[in-house]
Order: sequence, then C-alpha cells, then structure tokens
Amino acid sequence: MKKVYVNEDWCLACHLCEYYCAAANSGAENMIKAFANGNKPIPRIRVEEGSGINFAVQCRHCDVPLCVKSCITGALSVKDGVISCDESRCVGCYTCVLACPYGCIVTSESSKVISKCDLCMKNNNGDPACVKGCPNKAIVLEER
Amino acid sequence: MKKYVIIGNSAAAIGAVQGIRSVDKDGTITIITDEAYHTYSRPLISYWLEGKVTDEKIYYREPDFYEKNNVMTMFSTRAEKIENGFVVLDNGGKVQYDKLLIATGSKPFVPPMKGLDEVEDKFTFMTWDSAKAIREKVTDGTKVLIIGAGLIGLKCAEALYHLNADITVVDLADRILPSILDVRAGEIMQKHIEQKGTKFILGASVEQFSKNSAKLTNGDTVDFDILVVAVGVRPNTELVSEAGGKVEKGIITDLHQQTTIENVYAAGDCTVSHDCSSDTDKILALLPNAFMQGEVAGKNMAGEETLYLNAIPMNAIGFYGLHIITAGSYNGDADITEDADKEIYKKLVFRDGLLKGFILMGDVARAGIYTSMIREQIPLTDVDFELLREKPQMMMFGKARREEKLAGITH
Amino acid sequence: MALNYFQPLFDVIRDKDRCIKCQACARQCANEVHRYDGDLDKMISNSQQCVDCQRCVCICPTSALKIVDNPNKFRNNSNWSQQTMTEVYKQAETGGVLLSAMGNPKEYPVYWDKILLNASQVTNPPIDPLREPMETKVFLGKKPKDVTFNEDGSVNTETTPTLELSTPIMFSAMSYGSISRNAHESLARAATELGIFYNTGEGGLHKDFYQYGANTIVQVASGRFGVFKDYLETGAAIEIKMGQGAKPGIGGHLPGAKILEDVSRTRMIPMGTDAISPAPHHDIYSIEDLRQLVLSLKEATEYKKPVIVKIAAVHNVAAIASGIARSGADIIAIDGYRGGTGAAPTRIRDNVGIPIELALASVDQRLRDEGIRNEVSVVVAGSIRSSSDVVKAIALGADACYIGTAALLALGCHLCRSCQTGKCNWGIATQRPDLVKRLNPNIGYERLVNLVHAWDHEIKEMMGGMGINSVEALRGNRLMLRGIGLNEKELEILGIQHAGQ
Repeated sequence: MKKVYVNEDWCLACHLCEYYCAAANSGAENMIKAFANGNKPIPRIRVEEGSGINFAVQCRHCDVPLCVKSCITGALSVKDGVISCDESRCVGCYTCVLACPYGCIVTSESSKVISKCDLCMKNNNGDPACVKGCPNKAIVLEER
Repeated sequence: MKKYVIIGNSAAAIGAVQGIRSVDKDGTITIITDEAYHTYSRPLISYWLEGKVTDEKIYYREPDFYEKNNVMTMFSTRAEKIENGFVVLDNGGKVQYDKLLIATGSKPFVPPMKGLDEVEDKFTFMTWDSAKAIREKVTDGTKVLIIGAGLIGLKCAEALYHLNADITVVDLADRILPSILDVRAGEIMQKHIEQKGTKFILGASVEQFSKNSAKLTNGDTVDFDILVVAVGVRPNTELVSEAGGKVEKGIITDLHQQTTIENVYAAGDCTVSHDCSSDTDKILALLPNAFMQGEVAGKNMAGEETLYLNAIPMNAIGFYGLHIITAGSYNGDADITEDADKEIYKKLVFRDGLLKGFILMGDVARAGIYTSMIREQIPLTDVDFELLREKPQMMMFGKARREEKLAGITH
Repeated sequence: MALNYFQPLFDVIRDKDRCIKCQACARQCANEVHRYDGDLDKMISNSQQCVDCQRCVCICPTSALKIVDNPNKFRNNSNWSQQTMTEVYKQAETGGVLLSAMGNPKEYPVYWDKILLNASQVTNPPIDPLREPMETKVFLGKKPKDVTFNEDGSVNTETTPTLELSTPIMFSAMSYGSISRNAHESLARAATELGIFYNTGEGGLHKDFYQYGANTIVQVASGRFGVFKDYLETGAAIEIKMGQGAKPGIGGHLPGAKILEDVSRTRMIPMGTDAISPAPHHDIYSIEDLRQLVLSLKEATEYKKPVIVKIAAVHNVAAIASGIARSGADIIAIDGYRGGTGAAPTRIRDNVGIPIELALASVDQRLRDEGIRNEVSVVVAGSIRSSSDVVKAIALGADACYIGTAALLALGCHLCRSCQTGKCNWGIATQRPDLVKRLNPNIGYERLVNLVHAWDHEIKEMMGGMGINSVEALRGNRLMLRGIGLNEKELEILGIQHAGQ
C-alpha cells in the first residue's frame, strides 16, 4: 500500500504541508477562503524543527494501529489500510492520543473531537495535499 | 469447523471476534451476554447520560458487525457455568465449545453501608441500563450524592453536571482520582471541577443513610434525591473459579490469554495482566487493554500463536473539559512542570534509565510518544533527554529510529 | 546609516486579501526581507534587502506576493542612469570594487537573435523527426584527416580519444564551492542519464561523485585546486581553464566563508581560507608552455583522455585558438562575454570580452583557413539560451555547446545575480546547509534531464526542417543562416548572408 513518507534531508521547515493539509481538510474551496476572517483550520500533519533537522510527521497508518485498537467508540477504523476517524462518533476522550506512538492524532481547543490524516481519502480521493504541496519532495506517497 | 464461544459482549469480546476472524473465517462464533444490546461502548454511558452521544452512536461497532463477522448472539442470556466443554445457560440450555473466551468484565462493588436499604433511588454506574435508570430520575436541580471520587464516580458527576443536577461527591480518600493522579494533579483537577459547582467532601464516608440523606463520618449531612455508588468494581471471575481455574485478584492467564483450564481463555477487566512499567501483576481495567487482550485471545483460539506483551496502565480521560493522559507507574524520580493558572501539569517518572510513567494534564498533545517510550522500554540513553523533557516529539529519537518510523527505512 | 543615498531596487508587494500569514516567505528568505510581527499580527517586508530572487513569490501558497521595480526614480538622465549613480554611491560608501554575479546583463547585441534559420520547401524536402531517423550524437576531439585501410579491410588510421555526446550539449564548468553539492549532484546525475558531460570547474571533485566520472570533465585551472592523480584519472576528459567569459583576464576568488569542511577537502585547501585562483597560470606564458601542460596531463593519464583548453572570447581569439589547436589540445572551448559567474568585478563582467557568436565564426573560419579545423573540436559557451542558439552555433561551426546559466535556471535560479552573497535562496550558489537542502537533487537532476531532452527534440525539429538529419551535416553549414538587421562587417565576420539574399 502506498503511504506517505518523509525524508528529513529535504524538509525545509517551510510548514507549507501544514497549510495545504489544513486547507484541504477545512472544506473550504481554496486556501484563501480556508484562512479567511482569522480562521485557523487545524492541520493533521506537523513539522518538527530542530537544529538543522526538520521533518513532517503525520499518521503512519500502522499495520498494528494502536489508535484503532484503543478507540473506545469505534470511531477509528481501518479501511484498505487507511485509518480514518468518523468524527460523528468521536467523543474526544483522547485515548487515541494516549496510544499513538507518533503523536499524530490532532486535538484542538476549538474542536471537541480528534482529527487525523486519512491520506486525503475523503477530500481528494487519496491524493494527499501535503505531498502535492511539498516544494522539495520531502514528503512522498510511495510503496515502500 | 471450530466452535468458538464468547461470554461477554464488550471490548474484549469484540476484540476476540476480530482476532478469530483474522485467522479463521469459517468457525462458528457464539456470543453470550446477559445484556440486551448490540455491543456498546461502556465508557460512553456517561456521554450518553449527558446527551452528547445518542442511542445510535453508543454502539461500539456498526449495526452489521455480527452479520459481517458471522457471529451468533444470545442476548439477555446468562452463562451459569462451564462444564465438560459446554457452557450452561440460565435458561437451562447448553452451548458446546471448542474454544471458550471469558470476557465477563467486572461488576460494581457496593460495600455494606448502614441504612442503604432505605434509599429508594440508588444506582451504580457501569452499564447502559444503569445510565438509563439514572436518566429517568434526573431533572434540573436534582440533588445527587455520588459515593466515590474515582473515574466512574466523576464521569457520572460530569454527565449529571450537564443535566444541571446539584452534585456532591463523597470519598473516603482525601483526594480525587487517586488511581491515576498524584496529589498535586488531583488538587488541580479538584479545583477545576469545584469551579463548575460540583462539591467534594473528602476524607469522609457515610455513617448512616436515611431515605433522602446521608450522615457522614465528619458530621456533615448531605441531602439527596438520588444516590450513585461508585466506590469500585470487582472482576467477574466466578465462571472460571467454579470450574477449577486459577483466580487471584482476577482470572489468571498466560501470555496467550489462556486460563489454567484447557481451551478456556479470558480477556479484559476480569483478568490479571502484567504491568511491564512496574513489573507487577494487576487488573488493568482499561478498554484498550481489554480489546487487545481479546484480540490476542481470539487469534490463539483460532490457532495463530500470539502473545500479549507490553501492557501498562494508561488512561485518557477528561473532566469538565480538562484533559488528562496518564500511563505507567509513578514510582521513580519525578520531573514536574506546572502552570496552575493554565491548569497545565506534567510529571515524568524515570527509573532504571527508562521512562516509567507520566501524567499530562491540560496539554496532552502527542502523549502517545511518551507512552511508546514506556511500552517499548526505550532506554533514555537512546533519546535526547532535554527534548524528551520539553514535550513529546519525534525529534528526541535518533535519526535511525526516525527514519525507520517516518521514512520506512530499516537499518 | 541614517542617510541612504540609494534606494531599494525592488518593492515587495503583498496582497493582504490573499496573504494567510503562513510565513513561508519569512522562513524561506535568507535575506530576511519578510517577517511576521506577532504584535501587529501582520507580515512585514523590508524591501531594502530584497534581491528579487523570486523564491518567496514561487513558494507563496496563495500567490499573494509580487516583486516589482521600486517606482522611486532619480531624476531622469540619459547619461547618468539611476544604476550608474547608485554604483557611485555604493563605492563612495564602501570604497570597494563592485561585485556582480552571473552574466553580463547590459544591452549589447545578441547576435543569436539577429540570425535566422533556413527551412526546406519543395526540393530537398524537410524531414519529420518523428518518422525518420535523426542523429544528434557527436564526437568531440581530433578527427583524422583521412582514413586508410589495411588489406583485410580493417582501419589503419590511428585515432585519438574522443568524447561521445548523445546530443551536442554539455554542462559548463561550475565549481563545487561556487555552487552547492546538491547542484553538482544534479548536474552529475543528469549528465550520466543523458549521455553527456558536466564539468567540475576548478573546485575539485567530491569523492561521492567519482561514480559519475565517465560523464565528468575535470578542470585544471590556475589555482590547481583539487587536482591530483585520482581526480585526473576519474574524469572522461581534462579541461585546462585559461580564461572565463564573464571575467577574461582575471582570476577567481572564493571567499573563506564558503570553504567549509567538504569544500576544503575537495579543493585540498584548509578550511576557511580564501581560494584564490591567479589570473594567469604561473607556468604558462606561451603556446609552448600550454603545450607542455597539455602533454603533461596526457602523459599523466596515459593518453587515454582528450584535453580541452578553455579560453574567454577576446579580441584576437582566432589567433589564440589557432595556437591552441597546435598545442596538442583536442578540444577548444570558447566562452563568450555573456557567460555566467559566481562572482566577478562588475566592470570586468560588463566591459571585457566579445560576443561568442563573433568569436565562434572567426575561430571556425581561421582554423579552416589554416587547414587545422579537424585537429580540434570547438565547444562554445557564454549564453546559449535555447535549442535555436545551439542550432545556430553548430551552423556557425561549433561541435557542441556548453550551457551553464540555462542549467542553473532549470535548477531554480532566477538570475537575481547575487551569487556572491552566498545566500542563494534556491540552494544553488551557497554552502549554507539550510539553503543547500532546498535543492533536492532528485528534483534537480530530473529537471535538467527534461531540459536537455526538450532541447534535443527541438534541435531535431529544426534540423529536420532544413532537410538535415544529423548534427555532422549541420556543422559549419552557414548557408543555413541569414542575418537580420546586421551590417556588412557583422555579416562578413559571421560569414553569412543577409536575409533575403
């Protein structure tokens, strides 16, 4: 299965993946609208920056998904290898936050439920916005 | 074709169904449950009571789960005993099994208290039915007395707070949530909850109940319309003990989740687990633990050898909007940071060169990275300690682990 | 300084309706033009520091940025242009030599744009390259005058080593140090995939790139940086650099700040020391001296590699080329005055040398006249901008072209001409690790390959149109060229007729 991989050698910490992700999952038509009027849609990918090292982290869509196994409501599920969250069933208990070894379950004060990367299955048929938006191919969608 | 029988219908049972079906698509699976519902999520009963979760959303799995997994269900049926490869039912029937899973969970513990019989509207808070019964009785301003300031009692209190009940929580202990929080974190949480109007009376117990009031050991008297007793739970172990299986604090199993009785497995809150963070055996009454144990049991029942390892206590829970994530054990050197104004508290516990436990309150983001440190017992020498202390982040790991985990490159 | 005599060249225009304050511009600008002000919750620009490299414009996810010329103008003066005045102010302030980068930007004539190609009609019909075989392969090096055969039919003529190119294009010399490791890797991998050559420049060859040796031309320049046995043996050919089009007559100077660990090891000089290439080779004061070096290098590599001598196009280039052709060199590379550089004194870059078109025409003619054209191949450089420039160059007599600037453009360069600052936002002309990583060679090499493939297609189209099916048949075929708007003297030097003739 194709997954998103990051190559820290090429990550520039431009954070554009976060913005492309947030906009793509905001439901807004384009990035300007997504961020209009002080809106700050939440990205499901995050860039970690260090001294000379940067990389983006998002859901690894684990073969043994601790988040799904831990989910108390059944909101998290795996379909064709892609882990996604049915936000209508999430109660924001954050057990998945507790379980995810990569810190890839996203919480926000504005939203009572979690959100997570679904490889843009819902918004763009599995063509992830972060991959398309990365200016340096530090994020790729590949079979490995 | 194997005959699988599962007693229980909650997380461990569902885990077992998924575990069995990942190996054996053909064997028959029968679920026996004394409740009348499609599998539902037990922790959701407080959300249901609060009105946040509807009847349709309390279910743990989709409505067609049994159908899809070819599971026969026997609702409202109690398993009385295990006998010669059969489960004997309360209706006199018998169900034959090749492999049996005991996923019976636990029941509320109600200690003897003087005058309790006089209280008409008294409840426990473990099942959907118990939540439904409470819901019947609560309207705006209903006075509720909750005995027990643990997870169940406070989750019940939160739900009732949203129903505008007038809540008093009494606990014998001098602090709240002692099973998951240390003293200081408990204080912050207590203050947070008190600000919402819920009252605590700690270090006290009930001396004497009358119909609508309780006289406490500290001399106070609390009037109430309804009483909820949430002092603790006891594992449902009788089926195994009566059949001659080994039971201590809970049902004893091996790493395959098999009990000391051949072909009988057990999983979930009724069993004893090995906590690798403290190297002790205990009941880990947690939904993720139950599901994963059930899954391991299921796989083993279906013939795929699997071990259940790396179990640790862990909890993610929030009260009145303040989130807590905790894991592991707190016995060791603690590193504490606190910003009480923002209700942020963080405690990391180190011992033997490992992260052994943590409490995160307020800011819980990416807590799972810490959890993985504990579960996988990653030596502190393999991580950048200052980054570890700062916040949970992948940056703290070495390049090799980062590449393995994030770039799919194995070294 | 409280009083600024000169004004910023550019104005950064931000469309506030489009800006989402993602700060990508701020994070990507090494010149620190953009900044997010938390108190104002606003992006703020400092146009003074902008070099118009267009990195921010390209990376802005909402196309909110534009960089325009600063509309502020000094009083119009046809003699004293604003730029001339600004240069005076700068020198009055610093007392220093003005430095610039990349090629001569002045409005000198571009002869490529004054030459038109022929096409066949009716007789000698055009060839469709999609249907007919079309050869762009070329060999660089000495060509035997005639071929003799043994009795058994085998070839009796002694041949010398040549370079085989799939298409008549190579990447010009750009040193590791002046450009980044990732730029070098992109060039090396692209040359390998394309079956052409790239050139180390005088910065030596990084150990990691020895694997691309079969497609590498190793340069020996006046500083002799990085030259040793393995280096010479690794390259497919050796180039002696006598001069460079952007700065004929002067040497080079790579500041110590760019001599970091890897560059230092590759150049074989201490870290942090300035790398100064002298203006002359201190052992070459005559064609005879040059011949000695050519033969020494051949001797050192067992006569297995062709030797190139590269010179800048200067006034008496034809005579110089004639001398080089007799020095034992196999290939002459001529670099025109619009050729790029990582840093050159502005006055030199803008005022010294001659156009490559004229230099090429006169060199080719001179070598023919002297009957030694077959002794050497001629490679031209110094602003070959497109496939039509390549075709015209070949028709004027070139065997192949070097492209430098065009290759850098493929890698992202926007010709801001600020290479000398070492803060290239595109990761090309810099050694700062955070900037170098902006050029992912996996992307870079692919873009170079695309570029050369595209040009190769176009070369075939143009040749086909002329009814010519191989570069060999186009070379020196000046009948295929006509001048437009050129005077008699220019036409004479170019050896072509005017359009309409």
